[in-house]
Formats: sequence, C-alpha cells, structure tokens
Amino acid sequence: MIMKYGLRGAAALACALGLTACATTGETRSATSGKGSSGKASPAANFDKDPYPSSYKPYAGAPTALVGATIYDGAGGRIDNGTVLLSGGKVEAVGGPDLSIPEGYTRIDASGRFVTPGIIDIHSHLGDYPSPSVAAHSDGNEATDPTTPNVWAEHSVWPQDPGFSRALANGGITALQVLPGSANLMGGRSVTLKNVASRTVQGMKFPGAPYGFKMACGENPKRVYGGKNRIPSTRMGNFAVNRATWIKAQEYRRKREAGKLETRDLGMETLVGVLDGDILVHNHCYRADEMALVLDMAREFGYKVTAFHHAVESYKIADLLKASGTCSAIWADWWGFKMESYDGIPENAALLQNGGACVVIHSDDANQIQRLNQEAAKAQADGRRMGIDIPDATVIRWLTLNPATAMGIADQTGSLAPGKMADVVLWNGNPLSVYARPDKVWVDGALLYDASDPKRRPVSDFELGQPGMGDTK
Amino acid sequence: MSRMRNALLAGAALLAMPAAAQDFVITNATVVVGDGSAPVEGGTVVVRGGKVIAAGAGVAVPAGAQVIDGIGKWVTPGIVVALTDLGLVDVDGVSETNDFTKGSGPFSAALDVAPAINPSAQPIAVSRAGGVTRAAVVPAAGGSIFAGQGAIIDLGADPSAITAARVFQYVELGENGAQLAGGSRLTSHALLRNALREARDFSRMSEPLRGGTRAPVDSGDDIPIDPRLASNNGERDDDVLLTRFDVAALVPVVNGRQPLYIRAERAADIRAALALKREFPALRLVLVGATEGWLAASEIAAAGVPVIASGLVDLPGSFEQLAATQSNIGRMSAAGVKVAIGNLRDNDQPRYAPQYAGNLVALGRVPGATGLSWGQAFAAISSIPAEILGMGGRFGSLKAGRSGDVVIWSGDPLELSSAPEAVWIDGIAQPLDNHQTRLRDRYRTAGEGDLPKAYDW
Repeated sequence: MIMKYGLRGAAALACALGLTACATTGETRSATSGKGSSGKASPAANFDKDPYPSSYKPYAGAPTALVGATIYDGAGGRIDNGTVLLSGGKVEAVGGPDLSIPEGYTRIDASGRFVTPGIIDIHSHLGDYPSPSVAAHSDGNEATDPTTPNVWAEHSVWPQDPGFSRALANGGITALQVLPGSANLMGGRSVTLKNVASRTVQGMKFPGAPYGFKMACGENPKRVYGGKNRIPSTRMGNFAVNRATWIKAQEYRRKREAGKLETRDLGMETLVGVLDGDILVHNHCYRADEMALVLDMAREFGYKVTAFHHAVESYKIADLLKASGTCSAIWADWWGFKMESYDGIPENAALLQNGGACVVIHSDDANQIQRLNQEAAKAQADGRRMGIDIPDATVIRWLTLNPATAMGIADQTGSLAPGKMADVVLWNGNPLSVYARPDKVWVDGALLYDASDPKRRPVSDFELGQPGMGDTK
Repeated sequence: MSRMRNALLAGAALLAMPAAAQDFVITNATVVVGDGSAPVEGGTVVVRGGKVIAAGAGVAVPAGAQVIDGIGKWVTPGIVVALTDLGLVDVDGVSETNDFTKGSGPFSAALDVAPAINPSAQPIAVSRAGGVTRAAVVPAAGGSIFAGQGAIIDLGADPSAITAARVFQYVELGENGAQLAGGSRLTSHALLRNALREARDFSRMSEPLRGGTRAPVDSGDDIPIDPRLASNNGERDDDVLLTRFDVAALVPVVNGRQPLYIRAERAADIRAALALKREFPALRLVLVGATEGWLAASEIAAAGVPVIASGLVDLPGSFEQLAATQSNIGRMSAAGVKVAIGNLRDNDQPRYAPQYAGNLVALGRVPGATGLSWGQAFAAISSIPAEILGMGGRFGSLKAGRSGDVVIWSGDPLELSSAPEAVWIDGIAQPLDNHQTRLRDRYRTAGEGDLPKAYDW
C-alpha cells in the first residue's frame, strides 16, 4: 500500500512545489483553504486533484442537418417534423420545419425517423467488469475492506471491453458512469466516460465531469464482510462503519483546513470531496426504509445523496425523495432476485414521476445498457396502465437530461440545447418502440456509428481476428 | 371491454371454487395462431371444454356462446418458455428458497424436478400476468454435468402445475460442463460417454430385459418411469461410476425415448455434441444456448437437431461465445434449424420473451443483421418451443384441439407498450394480480393516510 501511494505522493509533492506542470482543475478550494497559521500550504491540502486528466479530443465531424425528424430534445420537449443542426461538435440549432439550413451542411432526410440526445447510462460496469467475464477481468470490487474510498474506478477500466461498442450501436449510449461494485459500503470513485473507443481510459474520460462516489447499503456489504467474520455483518453494522468513517473525514477536513496535516490520505481526500460538494454520491440502496435512514445520515454529516441506485422501493417514499432532491436510478422491472429486491414493481418509475421525484433509468448490465430506451418504454407503459400518463418526451428525459444532471454534466450534454455537445442519436423509428434501433450516433458531432456503413462501427482490440469480427452485433 | 371485464370477474369467481373451464368466444380481434403465420385482423377464437375449437378469420360464432368483444385487442396462444427456473425459486439470492442452483448430493441424472415445483411461487404469478402459460423447468447442473430431468408446467393458479414430468434429460458441455466434470472438456466428454455406455449396458443386462416380462411402471405420465428406477434388482459391474438411479434415468435417453438437452455454446462444442449421434444413434438431441450456432447452422439443420437459444446474446461474455450476435437465431432459422427463444431465468425474466421476440423483428431493419418475421418471432415463443418439447399437438398455438391457453393483449404483444388483459389456461380464466400489483395499489400515493399503509389491503 505504501509503495503504491508513495509514487503518487511524490508526484503531488512535485506538483505542489511547482516542479512539474500540473492540472489545476478543481484545485482552488484546497489550494486556498489549506493554509495553517504559518501561511504555508501543506502537502495534504495542496495537491493535484486531476492527476489522470482526460485526454479526449472530439473526432472530426461535418456540419450536419437532420431534417424532418420527430425530435425529443431530452429536456421534455418534442418537435414534430423538426430539424437539428450540428456544427463544430456542438448542437447549433433545433427547430421546426421553418428552421433554415445554412450552406455547407450535410443534409440527412430524417422523415419518419426520430432524434434524441445521446443516451446516458448512470450505472455501468463496462470496463471494470468487461467481456469476456473471466476471473482475470474481475476489477469492479476491491472487496478487501468495507470502506475503500481510496480506489478509483478509472484505474480498473479496460478500454478494450467489447461492451462499449454494443452500447453505442444498439443503445445509442454516448456517455456513461462506470462505478465500482457494491461489495463495500464505500466502494470508491466512479468515472464518467464518453462512449468513444480509445487506447486509454484517459482518452474516454468526459472532460470536466465531476467524480462520483459509490456507496452501498443493505445486503451486499453485510454479506461480504459478515462472511469474513468482521464488521459489518448487519445493517446496523453498515451504519456504524459509515458513520465512524464520516466522523474521521470531518476531522480530516478540519485538520487540513487548519494546515495541521502533512500526509495525504487518498480515501479521506475522496470523502472530503464529498463533504465539500465536489464529488457526487451515488448510493446503491434497494429498500425504502434504508434510503430514509441514509438521507438522515447525509444530513448528520452534511453531504447530499445525488442518486439512489437500484432503488426498487423508491415508490414507497417518493415524497421523501422529492423533498431531498435525490434521483432514483432504477431498472424498469427487475425484482425478486435478492431479498431486498422482493418489493420491486414495474410502476416504480411512473409512481416517482407522478410524485414529482427525479427518475433515471439505468442498466448495471452489459446487456440492458443496449436497451435503456426499451426499459424506459416498459416503465412508461406500466404507468399508463395504472392511469399515470407520461409523455414520450418526458420518458426520454429519464435517459438523457436526468442522468446528465445527476452526473454533473448537464451543462455539456443530455439535451439538444444549442451550444451543448453534439451527442445525438438518429433512430430508425420511435425509440420507445421495440422495433426501433439507432441508425446513426454522433459524439461531439463526429459520426461514430452508422448502421448502413459496416466500417463505421468500433471493433475492439480483443475482437480482432476472432470469429464474428466486425459483424452486426 | 366491459364484457371482457365481466368475463374476467366470472373467471375470478370460478377460481374461488374448484376451477372449471369456460366456454367462450373472442371476436373482432387481431388473432395470432402462433404457428408462424401472420396475424389475422378481425379474427375469432372459439374455446370450448378447455380446448381451442377454431381460430382465425371466417370462424362462425356458435349459438349461445359467451362472446368477448376483442375489438382493438390481439389474441394469441399463451407464451411458452423453454428452460426456466419458474416454480423452483422464490428469491434467487435467498438460498433457502432456491431449488434451482443447489443440485449437489449423491444423485445427478436421476434428479426429477417435478416434486419440487411450487405453483404458488410469486415468479409464477408475475410471469402469468406477463402472458406466460407454459414452461419447461430444469434445475442448474450442480454437482455433475447432468442437471437431471426437466418437467413441463402450466402457470395456472391451481395446485396441479405439472403438465408432464421427466420430459427430457439435461447435460452441460462447454465451459460449465468442463468445470462440473472436474476441469476440462475432455473430462466432461468422457463422463458423458461413460454414462451413456453404462446406461446402454444397464439397459441390456438388467432384469427387465433379461426377464422380458415386466411392463413399464404406469405413473400416468407421458414417459413412464423405467422399471429399473423402481427396483433394486439387477447386477452391475464393480467399476461403474454412476449410481443405480442415475444410470437407470439415462436408459430412456440412450434408447431414444427421452430427449437429451445439451448445453453447448461455441461452434466446436456444438459439433462435438452433434457427433455423439454417431456413437449413440438413438439419441434425440436438443441444443441449448448455441451462441455460436450460426457458425454451424447448416450442420445443425442437417442433423435435424432443434435449438433453444437465448434471444439477444451479442457479447463475447466468455471464450465460448466469441462470435455472439443477435442475428444468431435469425441465421439459424434461415438455415432451416428449428429455434426457440428461451433460457429465461433470474433477471432474464420469462415475461421478457415477447420483448426479445420483438427485438428479433427489429433486426430485419438493421443492415447486415438477420432477424425473424413477426410470425416467426411469435412462433419462437409459442409453437416452436412447444414442438421442441414434444408438445406441439397439445399447446403452443391456437390450432384446433390445442389447450385453451389464450391471452388477450392490449395491442401488438411484441410491442413494449402492450400487456395481457386476460389469460386463460386450459380454458380457465386466470387471476393476474400478485404481490407486485398489491404493492402498486397500496402505494398509489406515497404518504401515509388516516391509518398506516399496513391497513390498506
């Protein structure tokens, strides 16, 4: 452990002393607040918060006009017979048939087809549990300690996971959050990626996206650590360990701000990032009663739960979730595979929407990430059958602007607003129909999937020379 | 609509008493026979005495029949899911409730799923509400490459679930089989061959054939218990591997009276499975999984071996699935293989079968992909699995004489927005409520009322 972190500490020290060029994203708070009575910044307070910076650069794209489509703009708006202009990697304009198309735009007749923002999966393990799912690839759970806020999912992501390409071609996924698993109460930092093929994870990292922090309540942590005959083995143990850890984090923050810390602590840096509001909490939690307790724990220690993930019982506390401004990232209808999922119902999303709470449809699965649009459609239909009518354009928001907001990237993507990244899917039919598939997918205005061009689809290194290379998948 | 509700209420009332089949006619509906043909608009379905009498266009409505107006609705045979865990599991992750992934103990091929089926399990009720009316159930292979003998069940809300017991034997080859066999495909193939040879020897040498006088034990099932299963007589060599019960269970397999379902994913494993017929000519094989089946489609077709495939596998989840593509089922079907969409369990719920079938229709509009026509896709979740299970004459379609397993859908059953509005099994109207629907109704609004939620039921 010491060896592992020693190198990074040395780099941070060099950074602090001005010996190397350092990324400064997000550094301001600690750089200014970390001064003790001496007035000198301590190494524990003044460090590079972005040591593995995004190297992603948008690929080339031509100015493009999608004309005559039904547009769901991701923010809940719908335009029939609409036009979307993409230029310079950005959404240039969105409008109706009267929107004029400037010269030099490649015009695509999208009549009878549908346009949405790129689909966003807030809960994925692509790359950290990649295909093939052999033991050597099992990099999602650092299940050696119930709290591992020191681990970062990006250090596990294998960019050659063939799952990324399936998510792009069949699901229209343009951005995703890759999280550590749920064995631990505090599983570590997530990473938000653009769904672009790359040799390195840095080449996929979504520029400027905040980090997320994965937490888990309920059965998994108590089963994993109870099985090792250590705390936590119960739900009350889960809370005791969490609370003790937050107390330490508060102390760490106080000492750091007082300039009394010389040694960095990677885990504490993550936890203080949460307390400071820089890192967003994504909490795996199934049961309503446990979510209510977690909301109180968050108040106790002064942080916010951005989203509960897998929250199959959210419908029981839609009022509490609305009040706390916490999203529910959920499947359409998974249920019953473990005790804490036994009360899952297909109307969960509709009841939340009806109660004014935030809904995000997520996958947690390398297969369902290819069909988030279908999952949302099922959830919509289940609501309609109980008398809750949710417009198509609102349902699309569950897959676009809502996850973008909960991931802290809504200023850049998630809706077809002028100036946002041109992350766009052209569907060959209504994406809420089982019969629809993506025709084309753009990421930052670059055409990265085209159903009618066999070469315009990514083939990972792993698939080269294998049976089925480059096949439709 | 109101007439339909009335019909349902009548059905629900009947359920409180010993269930009785209804005679009814559905008119003006889009009728799906389920045999691969295209849907028929303005069709009629006649059910009497628990059986389908007629279905399609131009069917006369018998005088005095109870008529349900199906205008705007679709009517189909119930969904048939081949290979699932329904009735074996309440909650997968709760070990005490899970009879699916437990299969160790001293026996292997002799394991019989039938006595373990629980018709009251919630997954059955939830699947029934999803339009699933029949299923083939088999446990996961646990301590052996043999999972045991699968059964066919109906999903009716009544105590008798078993349509047919001991319908097939299930064996794992490929990676999983290799693990179960002690480490390699070499071992699993040796174990399988040895088991079949022991069964062949046992069949020749033991009492019933030597005496030639004992008839099969009549248990009322389609496939009678082999008399050796009910006897401790019969000498065997000292160097046998299988227990008496296990080898006896394999006698109908090696003699071709009970099909052998073989799980194999990669093309090479499929070919190795097909090659078994050269050594054991009587084997009646069914391939399960067959992710790379499209690479051996012509050989599978030539062997006349049907396939139960997963709907949408397109990831190289293992090294035996490198060539995975959603076009697998379409390509095998186009090559003449009889393919059912199946293997639905755990989070791949049986009620997803129509969604998977719809996705295969969607492939028809993806350049370079091979899907299924609408009629083929529906057949792949109704008549085709029934035929593979040897039950094509009994259920799986709305052809005359089939069981009255009928579903009225709110629209196109393969479309995500549609759902069953009424379900009959053997002509008996089924309840569609369950734990989930009760929770839905209780939490229509989240806040507490005058009394706690616990009083709202």
